Amino acid sequence: MNADSYPIVDPRHANRGAGAPPEIGKLGMWVFLGTEVLFFGGLMLSYLYGRTHWPGGFAAAGRHTHVWIGTINTAVLLTSSALIALAGATSECMPMRRWTPRLLWLTALFGLGFLVLKGIEYDKEVHEQLFPQAGFALSETGAELFFWLYWLMTAIHALHLAIGVGAVSLFAWATGRQRRWADSHRIEVLALYWHFVDVVWIFLYPLLYLIDRHS
Amino acid sequence: MNYLEDGLTLRSWFTTTDHKRIAILYAAGITFFFFIGGFAAMLIRLQLLTPGGAIVSHETYNKLFTVHGVIMVWLFLIPSIPAVLGNFLIPLMIGAHDVAFPRLNLLSWYIYVTGGAIVLLALLLGGVDTGWTFYTPFSTMFSNTWVAITLAGVFVTGFSSILTGLNFIVTVHTLRTPGLGWFKLPLFVWALYATSVILVLATPVLAITIVLVIAERLFQIGVFDPAHGGDPLLFQHLFWFYSHPAVYIMVLPAMGVASEIIPCFARQRVFGYRLMAYAILAIASVGFLVWGHHMFVAGQSLAASMVFSALSFLVAVPSAIKVFNWTATLYKSSIRFDAPMLYALGFVGLFTIGGLTGLFLASLPLDVDLTDTYFVVAHFHYIMVGGSVMAYFGGLHFWWPKATGRMYPEVWGRLAAAFIFFGFNLTFFPQFILGMLGMPRRYATYPDRFQVLHVMSSAGAVALAVGYLLPFAYFAWSLRSGRAAGRNPFGATGLEWQTDSPPPTHNFDRPPPAPAGVYEYDPNAPQPAA
Repeated sequence: MNADSYPIVDPRHANRGAGAPPEIGKLGMWVFLGTEVLFFGGLMLSYLYGRTHWPGGFAAAGRHTHVWIGTINTAVLLTSSALIALAGATSECMPMRRWTPRLLWLTALFGLGFLVLKGIEYDKEVHEQLFPQAGFALSETGAELFFWLYWLMTAIHALHLAIGVGAVSLFAWATGRQRRWADSHRIEVLALYWHFVDVVWIFLYPLLYLIDRHS
Repeated sequence: MNYLEDGLTLRSWFTTTDHKRIAILYAAGITFFFFIGGFAAMLIRLQLLTPGGAIVSHETYNKLFTVHGVIMVWLFLIPSIPAVLGNFLIPLMIGAHDVAFPRLNLLSWYIYVTGGAIVLLALLLGGVDTGWTFYTPFSTMFSNTWVAITLAGVFVTGFSSILTGLNFIVTVHTLRTPGLGWFKLPLFVWALYATSVILVLATPVLAITIVLVIAERLFQIGVFDPAHGGDPLLFQHLFWFYSHPAVYIMVLPAMGVASEIIPCFARQRVFGYRLMAYAILAIASVGFLVWGHHMFVAGQSLAASMVFSALSFLVAVPSAIKVFNWTATLYKSSIRFDAPMLYALGFVGLFTIGGLTGLFLASLPLDVDLTDTYFVVAHFHYIMVGGSVMAYFGGLHFWWPKATGRMYPEVWGRLAAAFIFFGFNLTFFPQFILGMLGMPRRYATYPDRFQVLHVMSSAGAVALAVGYLLPFAYFAWSLRSGRAAGRNPFGATGLEWQTDSPPPTHNFDRPPPAPAGVYEYDPNAPQPAA
């Protein structure tokens, strides 16, 4: 075997686009998402603890979240995930590639829409004394804990989404300018992250909005 | 051109993406913190020379053992073997040019330095007195020291661990030289791979726990406070879910180092290579399921305690497999006691004592008696200092010729190993006895009857300090005056020995062919005279 046929790509160049084995970036993102699962896992455990010990307080508090905004936001995020999946698919073949930047911009827009709705929801909640501080609206034991976890979990989720919006916008701009580094492999890696943020919300939505709504 | 000469400016070092240079940057960082943490330890031992406390107030004493723990765990031990030796060696051992994400690798170092700087800031502002475990409610409600800033530093440092782990996992999966299957990998690579999995899966739990503690301290969110419906035990569960696997983050890489050195100086293939690899994976997996043994007296249910006790005993099985297999590797072999071998053998012996005393502590009835005594302190120092630090120094000696192209002075190397082994045992063995006699940990003063043992321990610490200082002197000396090492001064197997010393920037001129096997030492071929 001579050096020219050396099948291992020099990672110095691998990181700069052309010829990078696609599995490097994808595997890296999967490992990172593994880390993220455990990160949110600590919050989920705290929630589980609270709900097991104070089912009444958690149920009462859960009834005060704005289920309509939460539901619309769920739809918004799911749609954005479909859009970024389409962006990934269009980036793979030449005639479709002109759609990639538009779909990415649309993805970012939906992500932004989620954040705006979340902001409106936060504002309503502050006015309804649902931010746990002096004068907190609910008196059941555990309700305060529920809302602390609600604020913490949704804020950390929103932070992840905001980072996602920034990254997707960057890729939307770069694919529009036909920058070579914004290739379909990288869009797929980005989409993995975006889907993950979506999946986190799929867990948060029932935990925070839907418990005890049936009664 | 070798990697050390490829750019001589400071800028070329601080913007490098070469895994070997990043390893050197890490080495500088952890050495700096090792001396700060070590200095705190010396002050602790000085304080404990007399029953009434020799030099500092109780408050300062609390800050001393906290800063010692925080710095030694997060800024020295966790990055030590992985970020220094792992960074340097993994790409070389698998025949790659670099790690999978070289720029991310450099970013990890900057994150590490930032985290370390934040911890130092807290130290300069006045320190923190909670102990490295940051137990609530003391850390969240009562301590008037710089808890949040210290935690922020640990939080930031955690991301450098996660990114290093991520980098290693992807590197080992994707960048092995053609033909180098998993069961041809050196056990060092196996150990670092398993360590990386723990880094990636455990560290985020520490991160979120720190977020909760800081939120609890600043806003009283109540998640750890019974008055608001929370539970301090929840903190302990979350904290030890990270911090017990963190013990394996510290000791698995040490096992990897020993598994390289022992066969080389015994001229024999590692006994039971496959089982050694499986044992590494078993320790890493079962290690995630034993955290509750830190909470036997914390109010955990008896059923939970019994399960955690049984699982802790289970970890002893793969650990024992490793010890037996290192020993079996030595059986009927022609052993040479060069400095790296002395460290490696010291590691095996001290790790065995640390591991066996761990079984004492995993037994419920004994732990009720021994928990929070010096027995625990001695136990984990046997694992972390006797085990991990010993192996780290062994690895430094073993791969020093590879990294620098120069031999360290052999006689001095052996002398330092002897100092460290002797000093370590004199420091920590009396602490087992102190613990059995009932001396609790973390106290600035003690009854008169414990003084003899405490003085022995402090005297040992001096010998240990000499042992740690010696290598820095002769390593520095060897950079200029050491004998040229050549490619493979110890006649070792492994791809890292097939390139020049120091290696060229791109590691290999042409792709190294995968060897037919692993650790293929010929017991009849003499080892080159080092």
